[in-house]
Amino acid sequence: MVLVLVDHDHGQLDELSLQAVTYGRELAASTGEPLDALVVGADGRSVAGALGEHGVTTVHVAVHEGLTDYAPLAWARAASEVATRTGASVVLATGSPRGNEVLAHLGALTDLPVAADCVEVTPGSPTKVVRARWGGSLMEEANLHGSPALVSLVPHTIVADPGGSASGDVAEFTPTFSDADLLVIAKPAAAAEESSGVSLADAKVIISGGRGVGSAEGFAPLEELAELLGGTIGCSRVVTGNGWRPHTEQVGQTGTKVAPDLYIACGISGATQHIAGCRNAKTMIVINTDPEAAIMGYADYAIIGDIGKVLPAIIEETRKAKAG
Amino acid sequence: MDVLVCIKRVPLSGGKFTITEDGLDIETAKLGFTISPHEEVAVEEAVRIVEQHGGSVTVLTLGPAEAEEQIREQMAIGADRGILIETDSQEWDPQATATAIAEAITEDETDFDLVIMGNESADASGYQVGIRVAHKLGRPIVTGVKAMTVEADKATFERPVKTGRELYEVSLPAVVTVLDGLNIPRYPSVPGRIRAKKKPIERRNPERPESRLVKTRLEVPVTESKQAQVLGSGPEAAPAIVEIFKQIGVI
Amino acid sequence: MSTLPEQAKAVIIGAGIVGNSMAYHLARLGWADLVQIDKGPLPNPGGSTGHASNFIFPVDHAKEMALLTFDSVRQYKEMGVFTECGGIEVARTEERMQELHRRMQSAKSFGIDGCKMLTPAECVELVPYMDPDVILGGFYTPGVGVVDSLRAGTIMREKAHEMGALQTFANTEVTGMVVEDGRIKAVETDKGTIEAEYVVIATGLWGPRIAKMAGASIPLTPAVHQMIDVGPVPRFADAKGDIEHPIVRDMDTNMYERQHGNGLEIGSYAHRAILHDPEDLPSVEEAQLSPTEFPFTAEDFELQYEQALELMPEIVGDETVGQKYAINGLLSLTPDGMPLLGETPEVKNLWSVSAVWIKEGPGIGKAVSEWMVLGDSEIDLQASDIARFYDHQKTRKHIKERTAEGFNKTYGIVHPNEQWASNRNVRLSPYYERQKALGAEFYETAGWERAFWYESNAGLVEKFGDAVMPRTAEWESRWWSPIINAEHLQMRETAGLVDLTAFVEFDIQGPGALDALQGVCMRQMDVPNGRVVYTPVLSASGGFKSDLTVMRLAHDHYRVVTGGAHGMADLKWFSDHLPADGTAQITDLTSSLTTLGIWGPNARTILASITRDDVSHEGFKFGTCKAIEIGSLKVLASRISYVGDLGWELYVPMEQGAQLWDELWQAGQEHGLIPVGIGVYGTTGRIEKGYRAFGTELETEFTVVEAGMAPPKIKAADFIGKEAHLKHRGDDPVATLCSLTVDDHTSSTGEKRYMMGKEPILSADKQPITDAHGRRSFVTSAGSAPSIGKHVLMSYLPPEYASEGTKLVVEYLGDHYPVTVAVAGATPLFDPKNERILS
Repeated sequence: MVLVLVDHDHGQLDELSLQAVTYGRELAASTGEPLDALVVGADGRSVAGALGEHGVTTVHVAVHEGLTDYAPLAWARAASEVATRTGASVVLATGSPRGNEVLAHLGALTDLPVAADCVEVTPGSPTKVVRARWGGSLMEEANLHGSPALVSLVPHTIVADPGGSASGDVAEFTPTFSDADLLVIAKPAAAAEESSGVSLADAKVIISGGRGVGSAEGFAPLEELAELLGGTIGCSRVVTGNGWRPHTEQVGQTGTKVAPDLYIACGISGATQHIAGCRNAKTMIVINTDPEAAIMGYADYAIIGDIGKVLPAIIEETRKAKAG
Repeated sequence: MDVLVCIKRVPLSGGKFTITEDGLDIETAKLGFTISPHEEVAVEEAVRIVEQHGGSVTVLTLGPAEAEEQIREQMAIGADRGILIETDSQEWDPQATATAIAEAITEDETDFDLVIMGNESADASGYQVGIRVAHKLGRPIVTGVKAMTVEADKATFERPVKTGRELYEVSLPAVVTVLDGLNIPRYPSVPGRIRAKKKPIERRNPERPESRLVKTRLEVPVTESKQAQVLGSGPEAAPAIVEIFKQIGVI
Repeated sequence: MSTLPEQAKAVIIGAGIVGNSMAYHLARLGWADLVQIDKGPLPNPGGSTGHASNFIFPVDHAKEMALLTFDSVRQYKEMGVFTECGGIEVARTEERMQELHRRMQSAKSFGIDGCKMLTPAECVELVPYMDPDVILGGFYTPGVGVVDSLRAGTIMREKAHEMGALQTFANTEVTGMVVEDGRIKAVETDKGTIEAEYVVIATGLWGPRIAKMAGASIPLTPAVHQMIDVGPVPRFADAKGDIEHPIVRDMDTNMYERQHGNGLEIGSYAHRAILHDPEDLPSVEEAQLSPTEFPFTAEDFELQYEQALELMPEIVGDETVGQKYAINGLLSLTPDGMPLLGETPEVKNLWSVSAVWIKEGPGIGKAVSEWMVLGDSEIDLQASDIARFYDHQKTRKHIKERTAEGFNKTYGIVHPNEQWASNRNVRLSPYYERQKALGAEFYETAGWERAFWYESNAGLVEKFGDAVMPRTAEWESRWWSPIINAEHLQMRETAGLVDLTAFVEFDIQGPGALDALQGVCMRQMDVPNGRVVYTPVLSASGGFKSDLTVMRLAHDHYRVVTGGAHGMADLKWFSDHLPADGTAQITDLTSSLTTLGIWGPNARTILASITRDDVSHEGFKFGTCKAIEIGSLKVLASRISYVGDLGWELYVPMEQGAQLWDELWQAGQEHGLIPVGIGVYGTTGRIEKGYRAFGTELETEFTVVEAGMAPPKIKAADFIGKEAHLKHRGDDPVATLCSLTVDDHTSSTGEKRYMMGKEPILSADKQPITDAHGRRSFVTSAGSAPSIGKHVLMSYLPPEYASEGTKLVVEYLGDHYPVTVAVAGATPLFDPKNERILS
């Protein structure tokens, strides 16, 4: 049995988990096993339907009075219980912060190895995986010794695909927790105070600036264009290091990894650290004075020129296009 | 407040990687070494905590003897002592690493109030050593933290999520893994560097347990070697860009 | 971007400061159809130019480098990329203070004005963040400045583009070089092949790799220069420009400190020499920063942190000032510290412009372009000629050892006679063991170990007493011995035996030999067999390319003898000018022949006692050569002299040298023969005879007329430089080479001091002397003239000073000494009628 750990936020299904479910369905099909999913928390019941549409046979819902908010260790405890009970051969999570966190706890609880950020999983003994290192700048082939195989999947490795209709039966259970399991629980903080508009990770359009923007003030035309296109601002590590923009806007290996429809890189040279965060953009446009900048090798279109001159022209043309 | 920070020596990754002939490692002969940005902010945070509360900062690493360089760099920032768990040239998997770190912490004469680690290492990115160490120490752990407040016997950690942030309150001692952006780390001063030379480093040499996540090959991914189509130079190229906007449906 | 052309007049490989300078100057001089390629992107392709600290201190003890730097500054200023900020070289030791006075001398000698010595307090007035207590003083150069070398490169490249003379291709990597019949034909790149008449290698650190593809050698090695940047410095918070404060060179710690925006850049040449192999440079893609910026190795900088803290505690000791940036930047070093310029001796029309730093880049671009296009450069480049190296000097071992040794001399106090310690005993004469037994002190020339003086002659010092002109000051006593002067005096009384194995000899043979020689040498070569002719060899503009002796051995057979140091360049020059029809061949005999010189009043008696051949004055005239027998040795004897005494140069095959030494040695014992070192041969013997030396007095910037060596009449045959020389003969002289004697050696502290060379000659009121061509008067050679009991200085002087009896002043280590023009022209001070030589 392939067990997918599904993340949700108070009943709101995490998109990335559906990718893991889709991948898990293919894994299960390849070994002829059923596909199960685990959802923790009573709110989780509401996602069962969607999981069924994605091919999940049984949705295990862990319900416990102490479990309303996210509690990583408790989630892992629940996963451990289900995995043991069902004899899962693979436990799959999405490689999101929570997915990797719960999986790591599960690994620690069961003393099993964990392979995070995989792009390929071939069940067996050992399980063969291909996983991302260095934010995807390198790929590692590795053998994972242990059963069940605990793996997480790099977000956007696969497109979530509902094509595998299954029953999606809900099987509720009450996990057994110790006090320690519930020591660390997320308290959602005043949620919206920081998030003005779209979050970077989910943005469809990102206007991103690098060293070439020159200063904090230099971001004004980027903001203007972002507003016109309904996008949001991103930046490189140099920019946050210089204090021009908050770190929340940093795109890269140690910032946010993004996959927008359009990524406009303004004055960004294209260091590995940055590329690791934006290589999944569907269309990348570069505006740069240096036609030889490394980022050209990752972009679809480029304008050679000074941001200060090119951006106002684009803004004006965009306005015209929208008006007309 | 005694704080331990774990760091990892990794090659500087500014350029394109070259793989060694056996396919198992990065060719590092021409590369310098550093630590992850996550770990840089971890050390900075530890130094700030101790500046506020008094106490000590210890930097621990598991790596080759040359990792002393990274310990000294962090001593220049303000760490007081170092623990170097010396390894052979082979990579230790996350479980082996966590075991060795937990042992070193348990056996150390200091009872650390807080252990800070990077959320994931820059190179292997396994997202688990911190959690495994916490389990072995029997301490609570919060991961992916981007803001924290430490008081005498408890700490509040903030973690960014899509909709905002989550807060975690734990009592000390605890383990926390942090993210770049937690603070802006200082650069080492020259007096700091001079002092760093004289600070003590304790070396440990445990046996490497058998790996359960075994690397068999490394590969530089074949990205479809794109070459951007140049739409033009300067403001004259703006209409061409707007055409693209239309094509992909953003306007 | 257009495609790579298939043909070009010249391909310039490299787009750093050097390649761009070459592109501009070649275009300016009229070459069109130039193609420039670089494997990196523009404007910064990733070589040393991209990370250079970009500051320029114009004062240098080497005249060639001082003039090239001066010209570069002029060009940078014209391009508007030079920011003058001034610079102070500070001293922490007394020895360094003396060295700073020497820099003052060089400034005055080579025309860099406005420099002055500063007290610690004056230093701090200019650079308030320096601690005056750790320094003894400073040397201030107002003309120090910082350039934008990338911008300069772009400007020069664009100018050449505007002239329509140049196409530039970035991201184009050389993959091969096509050489046919010893001549470069084409450059192969990853974007296609370009046929070219000329190829210029201006690739800095990559030079050895590129040259090797053509079978040529560029003997340089990449070496690390460490640099860190600390900041933000509160004092510099309001800095508007890149550079607003004088640059400080902390000479005794081999470091520099300069304000850079709101930071302080600290660079070092103090660490161990960290050398890399050109083969090991990473590609642009692999490199972390750039292929020439290696990861910083902090352990090599440990001492430097402390020393920087000592000098600038206010900034460096500030806990809020952090190290923001640190690199091991690579730069090019050569075995002798000089650049590698000119056509490679291995491949025709393949030129090297390598091991050039920012400070001299545009000047060298201009000079080498002149050399390529006009055949000659305004500034003499002979010390940088890439043809200067012997094979052993191109080996990895030699390059590595000498550059490692030379690295820490970057800011070092380098004595003019200082000897290399590494890679010695490479070339040994057949007399080496005998010389060692006589207590020879060996100096090196071109790899040869040469006895400079012999401890076995120590007893003579007492014999001659004060006539050896003993020295008390450490500086002048270093690399010197009074034995040299004692040997000199004894040779003048009896006879001396001199090992001249380091001579370079090459034969030119064939029906075209006469024409070949006539075309290159100034003097008449159509002389009877058995004649020895000393001749200048001129550049196209009538300056000295060389001076050497030629023996006519047969109607179609000449032997050229020249000095070891410059011999390889001479060999190339003659080879380059052989008749195109192949009627004359050149053969290098340097390692086949050894030479012993025997000179002194008793030389003839000694030689006559071991040969039956006629060595009488009548039977063996001065300026002739012939084969004589000494025992079973067939010896080529040549009656000439560079020390001003009767005697011969004796040539035998290398393997018979020891036997010749023994024959002369035994025969000489009863006639007072002593071994005499190069100290006499190279300095004292020649200087009291007014003999000029190549590289000091003789160089392309001065004419034969100015050197006082113009023959009474000029041969009918054409020769290189003839036209220019004929013009010079008609011109009013602008300068004349004079011999001056020092009237009083007493320094301000009462010690007797002896000048070493390169000191400025000043007017009686202590003002620098400049001739009508803007050339300063300075001491070209200095040395004892023991036979006349004087210390002699040679110097070019303008006509108003170039007359016997003129009273002038020489500046030496901060003091001024009265001197008198003893001879204006080439007349010897000692034995002016040459009676000894002609006896």
